[in-house]
Amino acid sequence: MNKPVTVDESLAREFGLTAEEYGRVLSIMGRTPSLTELGVFSVMWSEHCSYKSSRKWLRGLPTKAPWVIHGPGENAGVVDIGQGYAAIFKMESHNHPSFIEPYQGAATGVGGILRDVFTMGARPVANLNALRFGSPENPGTRRIVDGVVRGIGGYGNCVGVPTVGGEINFHAAYDGNPLVNAMTVGIARQDRIFLSAAAGVGNPVVYVGSRTGRDGIHGATMSSAEFDEDALSKRPTVQVGDPFIEKLLIEACLELMATDAIVAIQDMGAAGLTSSAVEMAGKGGVGIELDLDAVPQREPNMTAYEMMLSESQERMLMVLRPDRTELARKIFEKWELDFAIIGHLTETGHIVIKHKGQLEADIPLEPLADEAPVYDRPSIIPTKPAALGSVHAPLSLDAMLLKLVSSPDLASRAWVWNQYDSTVGGQTVRRPGAADAAIVKVDDTEIGLALTTDCTPRYCQADPRAGGAQAVAEAWRNITATGARPLAVTDNLNFGNPEKPEIMGQFIAALEGMGEACKVLDFPIVSGNVSLYNETRMPDGTTQAILPTPAIGGLGVLDDVSTAIGLGMQANKDVVLIGETKGELGQSVWLREILGREEGPAPTVDLAAEKRNGDFVRAEIQAGQVTACHDLADGGILVAVAEMIMASGTGCELESPDSGIRPEAFWFGEDQARYLVCVEDAQAFCARAAQVGVPARLMGRSGGNDLILPSGVTISAARLKSAHETFFPALMDK
Amino acid sequence: MKAAIVVFPGTNRERDMAIALRRVTGQAPRMIWHHETDLSSVDLVVLPGGFSYGDYLRCGAMAAHSPIMGAVRDFAAKGGHILGVCNGFQILTESNLLPGALLRNADLRFLSQDCHLRVEVEGTPFTRRWKKGDIFRTPLAHGDGNYTADEATLAMLEGEGRVAFRYADAKGRVQADDRASNPNGSVNSIAGILSENKRICGMMPHPEDLVDPLMGGEDGLPLFEGLVEALVR
Repeated sequence: MNKPVTVDESLAREFGLTAEEYGRVLSIMGRTPSLTELGVFSVMWSEHCSYKSSRKWLRGLPTKAPWVIHGPGENAGVVDIGQGYAAIFKMESHNHPSFIEPYQGAATGVGGILRDVFTMGARPVANLNALRFGSPENPGTRRIVDGVVRGIGGYGNCVGVPTVGGEINFHAAYDGNPLVNAMTVGIARQDRIFLSAAAGVGNPVVYVGSRTGRDGIHGATMSSAEFDEDALSKRPTVQVGDPFIEKLLIEACLELMATDAIVAIQDMGAAGLTSSAVEMAGKGGVGIELDLDAVPQREPNMTAYEMMLSESQERMLMVLRPDRTELARKIFEKWELDFAIIGHLTETGHIVIKHKGQLEADIPLEPLADEAPVYDRPSIIPTKPAALGSVHAPLSLDAMLLKLVSSPDLASRAWVWNQYDSTVGGQTVRRPGAADAAIVKVDDTEIGLALTTDCTPRYCQADPRAGGAQAVAEAWRNITATGARPLAVTDNLNFGNPEKPEIMGQFIAALEGMGEACKVLDFPIVSGNVSLYNETRMPDGTTQAILPTPAIGGLGVLDDVSTAIGLGMQANKDVVLIGETKGELGQSVWLREILGREEGPAPTVDLAAEKRNGDFVRAEIQAGQVTACHDLADGGILVAVAEMIMASGTGCELESPDSGIRPEAFWFGEDQARYLVCVEDAQAFCARAAQVGVPARLMGRSGGNDLILPSGVTISAARLKSAHETFFPALMDK
Repeated sequence: MKAAIVVFPGTNRERDMAIALRRVTGQAPRMIWHHETDLSSVDLVVLPGGFSYGDYLRCGAMAAHSPIMGAVRDFAAKGGHILGVCNGFQILTESNLLPGALLRNADLRFLSQDCHLRVEVEGTPFTRRWKKGDIFRTPLAHGDGNYTADEATLAMLEGEGRVAFRYADAKGRVQADDRASNPNGSVNSIAGILSENKRICGMMPHPEDLVDPLMGGEDGLPLFEGLVEALVR
């Protein structure tokens, strides 16, 4: 930025602002803005920071419950988990950076979401993720999977927060736009929660953490545009993470948070110093003045524009009590982190930025926030696919099962989990794959958290409303299946270009479905993130959108963590199916993997049945009547039985269903609101289910080491496991 | 037994270790910041796992030069007992308190999984609760756990009974070229070694993460119970 730049509409457009938006800037400022001012407006009004296409629809989501302490609007959601403790959690995307530079994109995604959580006073205790990659056949997929998995592990392992769960799908729609959604859960005392609203005119504004460099400038704007063929040339806009500094920052912040020094604190995430300063002052209704000469800098000759727009990682902004500044400085010096007073709060209601004696920016905060664009973009209601019609199984039941358990979306994820430290902290009660949700104990209590991430994008593509509801319901089910009480949700809404009416229609419908499910299941949304423009420009000029992917991060609580159960088949038990089976094969994994068809309607989501069946299952688990439980999802009953067998090595003999449904539809249909459970006495159990109107039926008896199909055909647990475990090593270690 | 856990910048398994030690001693261990130098009235020094100094330069190399390590060396010279786990083992080799080195895992990926260890020597403060040949399960989590040493050092370790633990399969079979049982590729499947006086032990896996049935088992507990027994005052 050495040569003088003319600020005008064409530069504004380069910065991602429309002509109309630039007109608003001019009217707020009453003059032509400086380059730094234009930079501030462009990032604050980017889709990433302003939610301008989504905000109208996000307002409709249910966010309240008696146990919700802070809903959306803070750095992360906060819920009451009992005994004076709160869980603080959020999920956030790092999709665009992860395509450009998979390792750093994923690593800094983890780093960013960790900061959102510990900035509120929580010690991070668990990481999860939701990942979508391109087709395994796409030659680029392997590089991205490798980099993303290494990046997540590289960051999470080093900071010492266990990665305890997650989900992975493969689909060609993600070939040019993978999704990396990272979730962090932290624990704090309810009376030690820190917020971002600045207060106290004259109070010092303090910068801590890493120094500011030129990395990630305009990252937020990049994340708000589609990819084109030059995407990889944008690598310099991807930030580089340093998990070692993050670890020090966590410890230093938590040490400072044990004192009364902090008035307000916020991490510098997307749009760095700009968004943290603007949001802290804006929320507090005060002004803020920054002197950029005091900002710790990694490179010489940085301009005000560069410093305000840099997305260098591992930085925090705080407002401190003036009489505690030296105490705070000592703590950060102990941890060998930079600490600098870079400004103070004012009563002007403006953000004023000075650098080398020059006034670089002077923007009124109220209109910057209040006049930020909000769009009600045109939308087309998606049409539902036609009914599937009759389909027939081309293979035997056992051959189809083996094919399914080895298919990309159902194959063992152990290759991935085994690169993530899942035990650090010493509180991991159920590791990845051991239960439907990961279980983490809250240190020094008997409380357990049940954590999961879920979404079935192919359902969302076929029927966004049903798919949105299903994603919420599946998260709720996965928590329920451990015996935990589902409390709240964080969401990560990944969609294509909202300027396309059909994409906007998907978004609106998916949110309607999610909202309805959250309401019926009493499972409010307390935090989240929206990632739009997930599209790839093809050589012919068209763009391909991802499958609509509203990923759900669910959190539940167990008052006594020792009551949690896993999914591994227990020996010598009755195996009972809960829920109604009609044999819905539309959009099923079976249809795609066995017949090569992605067709038909998504399965019906009956939220009343979800609630009834789930509440029954949870009550039975809490009463000690259930020794293993697995929710039915991709692949239906038979895949779920196989997964239970593979988890423990204990087999099961299945009875003939005698259901009047074609076998492939019965065994592989993806009807919702169902669970498989191991119980001592199916008769008594089913009688209790009948009393509350929950369908339940005996499916078989566990024992031995084999899966015995009703036909008498036998598959050993070992054979299932070896089929299950081939996919990832074959893809990645070749 | 009075235990102290040394905390370096980037250490991240100090809380796990504190839980395990509290479990067997009934009291919280002392946490020692790496700038401190006082180890008086301490019976056991623990160097826990983590990424001290972000693993920059080499794992454990920078921590080996921090102020507390002078005190740890003096403590060792006076016959003090030291347990180094994971990054702590790496720091012990970088400090020359134990021989050999820990290289990148053979397949160049971070590994986080359960492994089985075979106890190779009995009667030491670290193994006294086991018999030679006993097998126990323990989690491991590291990127650089591939133990190596020159031929002479290996011959010395093997000859003097200083190999404490070897990676094995669940039945106790040891096979160094089998990645299923020796996941990081360590020479002779070595998972843990002892100093000449058998009072310093370094090991890569994390017995401290398996001391509670709630977390999946108590297989790691005998190590800590044995230390309490050996160091009771």
